[in-house]
Amino acid sequence: MFKTLDQFFVVLKHQVVGFVPAAGQPLVSALISVSVIPLVFATLFAFITVFERKGIGRIQNRYGPNRVGIPLTKIRLCGFGQFIPDGIKSLTKEDIVPRAADKVVHFLAPVVMLIPVLLAYTVLPFGRNMTVTDFDAGVLFFFAVGGAVELSVFMAGWSSHNKYSMLGAMRAIAQMISYEIPLILSAVTVIMIVGSLKLNDIVASQNGYTHGLAHWFVFTPWGLAGFILFFIASLAESNRTPFDLPEAESEIIAGYFTEYSGFKFALFFLGEYLGMFAIIGLGITLFLGGWTAPFSFLTWVPSYLWFFAKLIALVFTFIWIRATLPRLRMDQLMNFAWKFMLPLSLVNIVTVGLWHFMDPGPLRWLACSALIFGTYAILGRGLMNHQKLAKRIYRFAD
Amino acid sequence: MLGEQIIRGMAVTARNFFGSYVSKNRLTTVQYPEERLTPKENTRQFPFLVYDGDDWEKGLRCVACQICEKECPPKCIYIIKSKDKKPDYKGQPQFYPAAFDVDISVCMSCQICVEVCPFDSIKMNTEFELSADDRFGGLLLTKDKLAMSNEQYHRIHPTEATAVDEHLAEEKSKAEAKARAAAEARAKVAAAPPVVTSSEVVKVV
Amino acid sequence: MSPAFIVIAIVTLFAAAAAMSLRNLVHCALSLVVALAGLAALYLALDAQFVGFVQILVYVGAVAILIVFAVLLTRSDTTPNQTVLSPGWGIGIAISAVVFATLGWATLNSPGLPKEMLQAPETTVKNIGDLLMTRYVLPLEVIGLLLTAALIGAVIIAMKEGPQKANSEEQQLKAEKPSSPPLQGGAR
Repeated sequence: MFKTLDQFFVVLKHQVVGFVPAAGQPLVSALISVSVIPLVFATLFAFITVFERKGIGRIQNRYGPNRVGIPLTKIRLCGFGQFIPDGIKSLTKEDIVPRAADKVVHFLAPVVMLIPVLLAYTVLPFGRNMTVTDFDAGVLFFFAVGGAVELSVFMAGWSSHNKYSMLGAMRAIAQMISYEIPLILSAVTVIMIVGSLKLNDIVASQNGYTHGLAHWFVFTPWGLAGFILFFIASLAESNRTPFDLPEAESEIIAGYFTEYSGFKFALFFLGEYLGMFAIIGLGITLFLGGWTAPFSFLTWVPSYLWFFAKLIALVFTFIWIRATLPRLRMDQLMNFAWKFMLPLSLVNIVTVGLWHFMDPGPLRWLACSALIFGTYAILGRGLMNHQKLAKRIYRFAD
Repeated sequence: MLGEQIIRGMAVTARNFFGSYVSKNRLTTVQYPEERLTPKENTRQFPFLVYDGDDWEKGLRCVACQICEKECPPKCIYIIKSKDKKPDYKGQPQFYPAAFDVDISVCMSCQICVEVCPFDSIKMNTEFELSADDRFGGLLLTKDKLAMSNEQYHRIHPTEATAVDEHLAEEKSKAEAKARAAAEARAKVAAAPPVVTSSEVVKVV
Repeated sequence: MSPAFIVIAIVTLFAAAAAMSLRNLVHCALSLVVALAGLAALYLALDAQFVGFVQILVYVGAVAILIVFAVLLTRSDTTPNQTVLSPGWGIGIAISAVVFATLGWATLNSPGLPKEMLQAPETTVKNIGDLLMTRYVLPLEVIGLLLTAALIGAVIIAMKEGPQKANSEEQQLKAEKPSSPPLQGGAR
């Protein structure tokens, strides 16, 4: 019974495609697979914006939005209908384009942000046999389209003809490029162990169970380090606190999308959150076992439920971190990327090699953990000593 | 260790998050307008006029002395004195305000009118949900809107109202005692025997 | 000549022509990005997945950003009123047509080119990796060396002044004005 529930959507799609004559079947199959992604993830985006506001509110000792349920009725639904008025608001706001702005580029920037982000979802395995396209070089495709987002950031900042937008765009691009390296290097460790760039292969290699615990890569020392590095780098790639200097409201108003209003702003917002989901999805696939269950007695739960449960759990962690940490300054950000995360990810790659060539056993665990932890301690000490936190001497004017 | 303080910080926020569902201490928001915070006793918003008894026109304590009108810093009180007099709580005939207007869009709730009133007739109300859709007339409170009974004053500011009542009762009893003493003295003078003068005494001898 | 190829080729050529002839330099850079993306689409249409994705990753993700930054940092505020064409553009077109004809004739008449369509070989990423590590390991290492040299050069150019120069500046400042000791008001 649970197997049919697991393959429910796959079978449903086959049924629907069966109704179409054989000539049009590939097209209809592609259309169905592709149209599901914006629907599912846009709905998820809507709920996550409300969750974020309520979660941050609870952490800050207040309620979040809790009044709007179904609009025009008195049904409250604990405030989860808040995204409907938000969407209507952003659609009906006046679309102001500055007079000196470059109209074509200004118009294209949100589009150029959204399309690669949506493309990135096509390689993620949402469940057993539930990938839209399983490229041979899936991970590479994901990072390639991730790189196109930086271009849209630049386009947005430059076309606004606004100093602060340009500054914000430069900072955003510098941050994204700097953190892309630890991101890719921590993904490389997984690729080295699995031996393939196909995401389905990566999930399949995590599908075994020893003593009831799954073979997720996060349960190995290099996997844990890789996961934490990937997590921090994905915080930086999606411009979330503590790395949200490019779009911080109190610093630079809205950074590279200052001059955007109405629907274009909504598109940027959507693109950012969808990018966040995509990169979390990749992190889940690489380190947390994709759609596999953590314990062998839980494999009866449908695979897509596991994927989305992990996705929502990680999104909650993102929200938790956003409510906890203050913003990093630009130089602190860059220091952190180049002087801490890059060396640690390189050492992680060496550790993976060591792991691969040593015999399985406690010695392997000890050696790899010692290597990673030692590097972490040394780098952390170096980073903390670099701060010149002497006692402040105040000079008063005479 | 790098990152230790981050973990500690995240533990604090997690505690806040889960605590907000169980303890009122961690979620101090009051869901206005379904719930309201009870105002403290010394809350003050805008002034009102106290009246004793049931009839608000006859029992109004205000005697239109116009001290509050002169002392009000933004000059938001407008008083028109009456031509005739009516008896106050002590029985003495006093003037009364034919019109008493307070413009609450101007009033700054400084309580100076309350402090200078010698007759304890203007006090501070705690009502703040007074928004109107008419910018000029809607925020001008006239005498009928300003008058509130002494029982309502007791409800809003119990300690203050009790102190004022005691003070007024004391004044009243002092006035009554003085009146009684004056009446007794007059009665004694009326009932006393005629006084014999010295010239009459000299004539007899 | 599948329709996909025709469409991609037209878009690429159009974008390349626009990259030459637009007046605003950043517009030119952006249409160059479109041309590079068109090339990547051509690679993907030929089923060369690895090369196509790497083309996007490297060119659109990194080289385009580099070009755009270079344009921005050396920008002149005035955009020209008409397309900037070099004086000998007629001769340029003639020469490029001659070169294209020569290359085309050489390619079409080369002995190694089969006359019928071959089945595309199965080039997975694993094969590329194997080749890179066995047959082409020397070019790989040389590229790594080149990148390291570029990185070191960038660091040297962007590095702050050395300690000697900073010290001499401090001494100059100290000699100019008598320094007063800072008030210790706040340090309790």
